[in-house]
Amino acid sequence: MSKFEFSRRTILKSSAAGLAALSSAGFPRLAHASDLTVGIVYVGPRDDFGWNQAHAVAAAALKAVPGVTVVEEENVPETIAVQKSMESMINLDGAKLIFATSFGYYKPFVLDVAAKYPDVEFRHAAPLWTEGDPKNAGSYFGYLDQAHFVDGVAAGLSTTSNKLGFVAAKPIGTVLRNINSFLLGARKVNPEATVQVIFTGEWSMPVREAEAANALVDAGCDVLTCHVDGPKVVIETAESRGVKCCGHNASQAPLAPNGFITGAEYKWETIYKMFAADLAEGEPLPNFTGGGFDVDFVRSTPYGAGATEAAIASADAARADVKAGKPIFVGPINKQDGTQLLAAGASFDNYEPSLDQTDYLIEGVQGSIT
Amino acid sequence: MSDDAGFMTVLLAMFAGAIRVSTPFLFVSLGEMLTEKSGRINLGLEGTLVFGAMSGYAISYHTGSPWLGVLVAGLCGSGFGALHGYLCKLPKVNDIAIGIALMLFGTGLAFFFGKAYIQPSAPRLPSLSFGSWSDHPGVRQALEINPLFLLGIVLAVFLWWALKNTRYGLTIRTTGDSAPAALALGINVDKVRLLSTMAGGFFAGVGGSFLSLYYPGSWTEGLSSGQGLMAVALVIFARWNPIYCFWAALLFGAAGALGPALQSIGISRGYHFFNAAPYILTLLIMIASTSPRRSLKGAPGELSITK
Repeated sequence: MSKFEFSRRTILKSSAAGLAALSSAGFPRLAHASDLTVGIVYVGPRDDFGWNQAHAVAAAALKAVPGVTVVEEENVPETIAVQKSMESMINLDGAKLIFATSFGYYKPFVLDVAAKYPDVEFRHAAPLWTEGDPKNAGSYFGYLDQAHFVDGVAAGLSTTSNKLGFVAAKPIGTVLRNINSFLLGARKVNPEATVQVIFTGEWSMPVREAEAANALVDAGCDVLTCHVDGPKVVIETAESRGVKCCGHNASQAPLAPNGFITGAEYKWETIYKMFAADLAEGEPLPNFTGGGFDVDFVRSTPYGAGATEAAIASADAARADVKAGKPIFVGPINKQDGTQLLAAGASFDNYEPSLDQTDYLIEGVQGSIT
Repeated sequence: MSDDAGFMTVLLAMFAGAIRVSTPFLFVSLGEMLTEKSGRINLGLEGTLVFGAMSGYAISYHTGSPWLGVLVAGLCGSGFGALHGYLCKLPKVNDIAIGIALMLFGTGLAFFFGKAYIQPSAPRLPSLSFGSWSDHPGVRQALEINPLFLLGIVLAVFLWWALKNTRYGLTIRTTGDSAPAALALGINVDKVRLLSTMAGGFFAGVGGSFLSLYYPGSWTEGLSSGQGLMAVALVIFARWNPIYCFWAALLFGAAGALGPALQSIGISRGYHFFNAAPYILTLLIMIASTSPRRSLKGAPGELSITK
């Protein structure tokens, strides 16, 4: 018989394995929600009028499922810190399902931890999971570009200068796709419209967001929208400068009583409730869940005082079209550098996979991603 | 858009940005300057700034009076200053370490109490319009000036005059340059430093309330993004001179506006670099203002960094 070596690590490992074996032997896997602890990691505060709030509101739907315990941690940066948070949720709180809600959590942190804890399920809020990634990891995502397209339609009919402003955080695929869709919406009803984009470089940087919003207004933009974690500052700045605005992530309508047109909102609760139902019935969670208006994963904020009759009518029509599957990306569309994205007559399906990897801005958008 | 128009837009944006963004820098650096003149460094002003922002917003929300918020933010700031001043008086306590502890304490406490105030909208400070003579909307907007900015200028000039020409100024400078000399003159060194740190904390708290009550004008946890720390570096750049503090604050405000302004006229390549301008400026200043061959001109002799 070989000699036994007990280190703290092996004891931890074997007891964890024992616990896992116990739970999987004692109950059919996740058969009853009463043995489930869900961990949710947020990159910012839960009540930021934006991304994190949209998730936190939806997480309440999970808490309502009998027996599900939800543990949450806010302000976790996209660094090794998130790995520690997730491991502590697994080892100390016994979490069996982790929602990592920020883009930068996925690579390498969710992937690493998922490989290390094969019996814990991980779901990440961006369309990043691909075949070959760990089976216990996965992605869920709302295609907000559909709602930004509708915003664009309303904005295109609300501008007099034909210049729309977009305050963006980082030049990643989802952000670029929202900018492109916003322009396509505006161009659909107003061929003269252009979108001026300013990147702040951070998900949350209030002073720079305010500066960016002011710079856009100074440059002649008369409708602002944004893709940052907390749009509060951009919307309030737009309102105080007397220009119109479209929201993002959650409802900002109360922040701009005069100029708010409409906004692009996630409806995470649809997804979270779906997951909760799957868990309650012992069904495995899908590795990839995504959708837009058609499956009620995104929605438009109710129109504010800034929306004109014409804008409301066109935006409503555009939303119905997208919901029915009419494409947003209809050729001819060129990229900024002049190369062709879509020839005249061609179009992308609204869930075209290559759009998930958008790394370009299209013609009509002013601004550079490098 | 022609190049000239673009250039003017950037200049105007930097001018407007300097006025909009500089006020917190100005107040924090004036507060730090005063504290350092008395011979102590308070690195905790970042925490004071954040707590000031939170408390000012909270009071404005509850009472409906933003000016009361400013006052309370200042009082909270002087509370933090008093804590720093008292702790540093104890034997063998390092003021830099206490400052870092208070920075974390201040931000943590502000996040803790501030949770409830992220959502609601509080009444904001009014601004004064000085731009009615101009037809240019950009100029008019740039000249929407907050009274706190003007107050900051008055304060800078007053401090400059008072440090040079009054008995109190002399007392503070003596304490900062040589504690033994101050003792020999019968000055209570600890008391002078305590009061200077409290006054410095008051200014930093007021600077924080500007962030949450005027520009950008709401309370969020990422509000300060290191402005309190940059303001501390700015004091060294400004050679402990209140008037230079004012110019340095303007420069930092303008540097912050550079990135967004360049992108708005279409110069967007390398925006990460331009967005980093204030931080790069801080580094360059630190490099340019130090030399192994001479000590910093104007530095109070009692400061632990110069001793």
